[in-house]
Amino acid sequence: MIAKIHITFKNGVLDPQGKAVHHALKDLGYNEVSEIQMGKYLKLKMDGVSREEAENRVTEMCEKLFANTVIESYRFTLETAK
Amino acid sequence: MKNSNSITITPDIVRQHGLTLEEFSRIEDLLGREPNFTELGIFSVMWSEHCSYKSSRYYLKKLPTTGPRVLQGPGENAGVVDIGDGVAAVFKIESHNHPSFIEPRQGAATGVGGILRDIFTMGARPIALMNSLRFGASDHSRTRFLVNGVVDGISNYGNCTGVPTVGGEIYFDPCYNGNILVNVFCLGLIPSDKIFLGNASGVGNPVIYFGSKTGRDGIHGASMASSEFDESSEEKRPTVQVGDPFAEKLLIEACLELMKEDWVVGIQDMGAAGLTCSTFEMAGRAGTGIDLELSKVPMREAGMTPYETLLSESQERMLVVVSKGMEQNALALFDKWDLDAAVVGEVTDTPMVRIFDNGNPVVNLPVELVVDGALDLKRPTKKPEYLKEVDHVNLGFISEPARGEEILKKLLSSPNIANKHWVYEQYDHMVRLNTLGLPGSDAAVLRVKGSQKALALSVDCNSRYCYLDPFHGAQIAVAECVRNIACSGGDPIGLTNCLNFGNPENPEIMWQFEQAVSGMGEACKFFDIPVVSGNVSLYNETSGEAIYPTPTVAVVGLLEDRSFHTTQWFKEDGDLIALIGLTMEEFGGSEYLKIMCDRVEGKPPHLDLRLAQSVNKLCLELIREKILASAHDCSEGGLAVALAESCMSHPRAPKGATLGIDSTVRNDAFLFGESQSRILISFSAKNRLEVEAKAKAMEVPFAVIGKVGGDSLIVNINGKEFIREEVSHLKQLWFGALETYVG
Amino acid sequence: MKCGVVVFPGSNCDHDCFHILKHVFKIDTEWIWHKGDVDLSRFDLVVLPGGYSYGDYLRAGAIAKFSSVMKEVVRFANSGRMVLGICNGFQVLVESGLLPGALIQNHTQKFVCKTVSIRVENVSTPFSCECVGKTVLDIPIAHHQGNYFIDSDGLHQLVDNQQIVFRYSGPEGEVIDQYNPNGSVDNIAGIVNEDKNVMGLMPHPERCADPAWPNLDGQLIFKSIIYSLQHGVLL
Repeated sequence: MIAKIHITFKNGVLDPQGKAVHHALKDLGYNEVSEIQMGKYLKLKMDGVSREEAENRVTEMCEKLFANTVIESYRFTLETAK
Repeated sequence: MKNSNSITITPDIVRQHGLTLEEFSRIEDLLGREPNFTELGIFSVMWSEHCSYKSSRYYLKKLPTTGPRVLQGPGENAGVVDIGDGVAAVFKIESHNHPSFIEPRQGAATGVGGILRDIFTMGARPIALMNSLRFGASDHSRTRFLVNGVVDGISNYGNCTGVPTVGGEIYFDPCYNGNILVNVFCLGLIPSDKIFLGNASGVGNPVIYFGSKTGRDGIHGASMASSEFDESSEEKRPTVQVGDPFAEKLLIEACLELMKEDWVVGIQDMGAAGLTCSTFEMAGRAGTGIDLELSKVPMREAGMTPYETLLSESQERMLVVVSKGMEQNALALFDKWDLDAAVVGEVTDTPMVRIFDNGNPVVNLPVELVVDGALDLKRPTKKPEYLKEVDHVNLGFISEPARGEEILKKLLSSPNIANKHWVYEQYDHMVRLNTLGLPGSDAAVLRVKGSQKALALSVDCNSRYCYLDPFHGAQIAVAECVRNIACSGGDPIGLTNCLNFGNPENPEIMWQFEQAVSGMGEACKFFDIPVVSGNVSLYNETSGEAIYPTPTVAVVGLLEDRSFHTTQWFKEDGDLIALIGLTMEEFGGSEYLKIMCDRVEGKPPHLDLRLAQSVNKLCLELIREKILASAHDCSEGGLAVALAESCMSHPRAPKGATLGIDSTVRNDAFLFGESQSRILISFSAKNRLEVEAKAKAMEVPFAVIGKVGGDSLIVNINGKEFIREEVSHLKQLWFGALETYVG
Repeated sequence: MKCGVVVFPGSNCDHDCFHILKHVFKIDTEWIWHKGDVDLSRFDLVVLPGGYSYGDYLRAGAIAKFSSVMKEVVRFANSGRMVLGICNGFQVLVESGLLPGALIQNHTQKFVCKTVSIRVENVSTPFSCECVGKTVLDIPIAHHQGNYFIDSDGLHQLVDNQQIVFRYSGPEGEVIDQYNPNGSVDNIAGIVNEDKNVMGLMPHPERCADPAWPNLDGQLIFKSIIYSLQHGVLL
C-alpha cells in the first residue's frame, strides 16, 4: 500500500513561507496567482496491511507525528503498490 | 463585515469571557448600560489577568522601581536604564508558557517575537536575547518533544531576526511536567534622549497600522463563542499563532528607520489583545481618545467580524501615531520594507475609543474604564500545608560518603548541571559582533560599540528553593544574578522579572506569590537595583498540580571598561585557587539531595545579604585591579561542580587542579552543599599576599584552597583524598550528557 | 578602493560586514539596496552578507536570485570584479549560478553556531593570498543550510581547477569526517569560481576580524582582498 500525505497549515493559520513566495511571484509578474499554500509531502510504502488498516495507521501517524493538529491539517490518499 | 453585536449577552457568555458576574455588573454600572458583544470581548481581554495584573498589582507595589539611572520604569513596553555617554539599555523579560506547551515551536518563536517588539517599539536596536526554560522531568514522555520544539522555535526566530541569543538557563523538574515555562528576555540599546513611548497624543494626528495582515489568529479564550459565527469551517480555530521572523526582521528595520524622523508621536506593538490593547493603552497614556475604522485594517481573511478583528493576536503588527500630514511619508517608508500599512484612525480629544465598521459604530467605550477599571484584587493568602512536610532535611537518608568521584560524575551528568552547548549552539549567539562571553558562562557579556563599556546579563531562579521558602528563594535568585555579574566584572544597574506561579485563586499559591515578591523587593532594595519591567504569569497548573513558584529574575550589569570582563575557567598552571565566602553544613533544596536521594526538602541555603555584598565587592575589586585570572560563582552542585567547571570550560585547553581543604563540616556539605555567596577564584601566585591583605581588610571570609595544574581534578579534605578524576573524562560526561536526555 | 555591502530584506550580517570593512579596515564602504535602480559601477568589491534573504523561505537564496541587485551582481562578477558571499551570500551565489553546487540542510538537521577550524587549501586566490604560512584558521560558523553538495564530476572539476579554498578540519588541519560540522562534500567550506574573482564560504570571517576579540583569523581574508585590489591584478 502506498500512502501519499499532504500536510499544510490549517485554514486561517498564517503561512509565512507561502506569503513570502507569493510576494516573490508577484515581483516576477505572476499576478494571476491569488493564493499559495506551502506544505509537506510524504510518501509512505507500507507492507502487509489492508486498505482499512492502512487508513487507520496513517491517520494515527499523522495525528501523532507528521502533523501538529493544533495548527496543521493533513489529508492522504492510498494506492495499491504496483 | 458581519456584526456580532446582535448576540444577547447571557451569564454563560460572560463566564466564557473569563469575567465574573461581579465584574460584569461593575462594567454595567460604570458604563451606565450593558456593553454589546464586541465591547464585552474588549473588557474580557483588557480586564484579564494578563493585561490588568489584577491579582498581582497590589503586591508588585512592594518592588523598588526608581533610581538615578532609571529613565523608564514599569508600565511601558519595557524598562529603560541609563548606561552613560548618552546611551540607555532597554530590557524586559516575558513569558510564553501556555502557547509553548501546546505548540512548542511556534509558541516559543512567537514569545521571542513579542519580546523583541517590546524592545524596538521603544526605539531601541535589540542586541541580545536570553531565555529561561523549564521542562518536566528529563525522562517524562513529552519532555524531549517539548525541548526540541522550544529550542528550534527560539533558534529559528532569533537567528532569522539577527538578534543573538547570548545566554540563559534550562532546568528540568517533574513539577513542570504539565506546565513548561518559556521566559524570554531581550535587551536593546537606544540614545538616551530618543526614547519612544506608546502615546497617542495630538488631536487630529493619524493612527497608522503596519506590519503583517490581521487574521483569525489566537482569538482569545472566547473562541468557542466566536466559532458560532462561521460554520463554513469545520476546523477548530487555532489558539496558537504562527510566527514569521522574516516579517519581524522587516519590522525592526522599518521601525528603526521610521524613528529617525521627528514626526513620530507614539508607537506600540500589538501583543496580547492585539489591536484592542494598543488602541486603548496608547489613548490611555496620552489622555486622549481614538476613532478607528476597521474596514481599513489590512486583512488576511475575508469575513472577519469586528469582534475577531479587534481580538486577533496575529503577530508582527504595530500601531503608530504620526504628526498630521506625514502619513504619506510613513506609508512610503513601510512600502520600501514591503510591509502592509494603512491609516486606520485618528486621535480625538474625547477620552473615548470609538470603533467603526464601514462607518457604523460598533464600540464606544471610555478609555479609562477599559484600561484602569479592573479592580485590584487583594486575594487571600495562606501558608501552604506542604511546608510542614518538607520543613527539614532528613539526614538519615545521607551518610557521609567516603569518596566523591561518583557523586561528582552523577551531578555533572544530571540534566540541570550538564553543559548546555547542545542548546546554545543552535542559537546564533555571535551575530552583531558584540558577544564577548560565550553562553554557558556565569553571565553573558556584550560590548557596547562606540565605547569601552560592556553589559553583563544574567538570568536565574532556583525554583526548588522557592518551593521550600519563596521569600528567601526569590532573594537568592536576585543575589545569584548579582554574583554572576560580579564574577564577570560588572555592577548591577537594573532588574526585570517574570513571576511564574500557579492559580492565584488558591490562597496557598497567593501566599507563595506574596512571599516571593516581598523577598525580591527586599533584596533589590538592599542591592539598590531598580525593577524596571516585568511580567506575571499565573495559572501555571494542571489538574490542581501547580508548578514550583518560579520568580525568574534577569539582572543587567554594567562594566565601565570591557577589559574587566573575567571568565570562569582556570588559565595557567601554577595559579592559586581560592574560595571567597563561607561554607556551612547545608543540604536543603540542593541538587545533591535531589540526585542522590530524590528528595526536595529542608530550608534553602542561608542568605546573608551583607556577606553577599562584601563577597561581590572583593571579587570586583580584584577584577578591576587585574589580579584575577578567573572567577566563578558556586551554585547548583556546590563547590565541587564549580571547581570542575573551572577546570573543564576552557574553550581549548582544559586544566587540572589539586585542592587541599580543611573543613569543619561534612565533606559532602563542603563540596556539594549549596551555601550562598561563594566565589571560586584563581590568580597568579605572586599576587597571593595582596589578595589576602585585601580580603582581610574588607573582612571577607577567604581561603586559598589549591593550585591549577595537571590533567586531573584532585580534592583532599582534611588530608584525605576524596576526589581524583581526569578532567578530560569529567568533561566528556558533562559535555555529552544533555544530548542523551533530549537530543 | 570602494566596497559595497548588499542589503536584502532579511540580511542580518550586513551591519557586521560593513563594520569590519569601514571601521576596522577603514575602507570606503556603502550599502547597496536590493531593489530599484542598482548601479555597481563604482565598486571594486561587492559583499553578499549572511542572514535570511527574503526569509530564506522556499530555499535559502532562491528568491534573492531574482532581485534587481543580483542581476547586476552577475554582470559585475562576469566583468571580472570581486564578489564575496558569506553564509547566506554563498547560498545566493550558488542559486544564482555564479558558483557551482548547492547548499542543503546540515546533516544534523539543526542550526549550528560555533567556532570551527578550516584548512587553507589554496593561497593562490585573491581571497586567500595573505594566508601564506597559516594553514588553519579558527572561524565561526552559523547556519542551517551549509551542507555543500556537488556531484562527483563537479567535485573533480573543483579539485582540478583548484577552486576549493577552505575545508573544515581539526585544529592541526586534519580534514576528516569528525570535523565536518554540516555534512559538506569533501569537507568543503569555501570555493571560488573558475576565474577566482568570486568566492563563497559558509564561515564568517567578519566574526573574527575585530580587535575586541583575541581571534583575528578572519582578517586574513579581508587583507587578501585588500592586497589583491591594491595591486590591481587578480591572481
